[in-house]
Amino acid sequence: MSEINREAVAHLARLAHIEMTAEELDKMAGELDVIVDSIKTVSEVAGDDVPATSHPIPLANVFREDVPGATLTNEQALSGAPDAEDGRFKVPAILDEE
Amino acid sequence: MTAVTDETLSFDEAMAKYDPVLGFEVHVELNTRTKMFSAAPNAFGDEPNTNVSPVDLGLPGVLPVVNRAAVEYSIKIGLALGCKIAPSCTFARKNYFYPDTPKNFQTSQYEDPIAYDGAIDIELEDGTVFTVEIERAHMEEDAGKLTHMGGATGRIQGADFSLVDYNRAGVPLVEIVTKPIVGAGSRAPELARAYVATIREIVKNLGVSDARMERGNVRCDANVSLMPKGSATFGTRSETKNVNSLRAVERAVRYEIQRHAAVLESGQKVTQETRHWHEDTRSTTAGRPKSDADDYRYFPEPDLVPVVTSEEWIEELRAQLPEPPAERRRRLKEAWGYSDAEFRDVVNAGVMDSIEETIAAGASAAAARKWWMGEVSRRAKEAEVDPAELGITAATIVELDSLIRAGKINDKLARKVLEHVLAGEGTPAEVVQQHGMAVVSDDAALLEAIDAALAAQPDVAEKIRGGKVQAAGAIVGGVMKATRGQADAGRVRELIFERLGVAG
Repeated sequence: MSEINREAVAHLARLAHIEMTAEELDKMAGELDVIVDSIKTVSEVAGDDVPATSHPIPLANVFREDVPGATLTNEQALSGAPDAEDGRFKVPAILDEE
Repeated sequence: MTAVTDETLSFDEAMAKYDPVLGFEVHVELNTRTKMFSAAPNAFGDEPNTNVSPVDLGLPGVLPVVNRAAVEYSIKIGLALGCKIAPSCTFARKNYFYPDTPKNFQTSQYEDPIAYDGAIDIELEDGTVFTVEIERAHMEEDAGKLTHMGGATGRIQGADFSLVDYNRAGVPLVEIVTKPIVGAGSRAPELARAYVATIREIVKNLGVSDARMERGNVRCDANVSLMPKGSATFGTRSETKNVNSLRAVERAVRYEIQRHAAVLESGQKVTQETRHWHEDTRSTTAGRPKSDADDYRYFPEPDLVPVVTSEEWIEELRAQLPEPPAERRRRLKEAWGYSDAEFRDVVNAGVMDSIEETIAAGASAAAARKWWMGEVSRRAKEAEVDPAELGITAATIVELDSLIRAGKINDKLARKVLEHVLAGEGTPAEVVQQHGMAVVSDDAALLEAIDAALAAQPDVAEKIRGGKVQAAGAIVGGVMKATRGQADAGRVRELIFERLGVAG
């Protein structure tokens, strides 16, 4: 068994601002546990000689030169916003950073 | 949230019982032309949400591409901080939900920063040097700017809603993190200020940031904790944000030391939390409890490949580094032959560059210092501007100095000439010409004035004849008055003694 339990899922849901019912928490805890255990099995296959990797293709240094390119207009930028005011996105006041 | 005024202990009392431990996270906004991961312009002060691309808005399906210049600037910062540069490093997602990042994560670096294990010397105003060790400097992106609306104070308390401008979202940042700084004692607040000032000076000198604190180009989070004197176990720290001027850094660290001391003295525990600095009340208030790194659920950024730095690339960038500010100061001090105190005054007055230019333009080191630290600084103070902003050029000082050395004007006249130059009446030589301000160097004219002064004060003349040479001052004064200050006092003195047939 891995360390994924109901409390861990509830904590993650809170961090991700996802509302979950008691049933969903139970179901997800079980499913995530299976996934984590499966990955553990894969980890056992890789020996110490296999470095951790986040990319399957050995590629590095994909850069862009520092030259300004196309931007959206203010109208385009706000076109998908549920609400806007004064050229800016309007969002509920969220008590977090202050 | 109610405003609770925290208890504080006096600074001296706090210092008698505790040793402060500091730590800083300084964010430096790079002045690349474009953003970290998109080609949108990196510009300050434009209309809201106009310098944005789909990447900056986190629209579905977009792919970030790393700005090569931002990587190079980051490597330069790392080198200037004496850091090792990682042969290979990756980007990571720092996940959090807040409207300042439309992607719901900040692209940053986590386990493998581009630069690590550095050290810089921080010089305090009296010349004491502290070495601050650098843990890491990593690349990341800035967030958008929120304006809280509806509340009375512009703070989020009582705000009805917030407006978001993403022009700043994606602007390249380098976050510089120190190792814990122990041993500063009562100089901790001063060291805090000097540290941030040094970082600002370094990145400005490198040309990689505009380094304007009032625009948020350099931002500081200050960590403070206390340990009882004699202990080596760190206490619980607070992280004070929003300290965005050098003065605020110094005050915030001082305040937090006093607040922590009061908490500990009352037998309570310091809470590990974010604090917010308020310049108006010169105090901090509690923010959110500090998240564990775990809560950010960092994971490797799948859309970006690693940055690999070859030895050649690093050396090419190292070769481009300008002379470090501290080394430049040492070199100039030696070249100019100033004493420690003289040089420190010059640096603190902000006239080092002006003096360097003036000497390069032909003035002696002594003359350059005399003018910039003397008359120019005095007038700048009157005008409430920096001496360098007064409008006096190196050429003006050199011309004044050569007029004095040629005996055309004396110091007193030179100060008057400077006043006319400041009034826009031309160069010193032109002013002297226009106003007929040159010293009277014609001995015949001087002798005429001397004779008149001697005749007016026969008793004084008698005393000088009798050997009281110090009495000559009264005659010199009379001559200076008659020539409206335009005489060379030294020459007048010689001529008086000649006239009266006594040895000066």
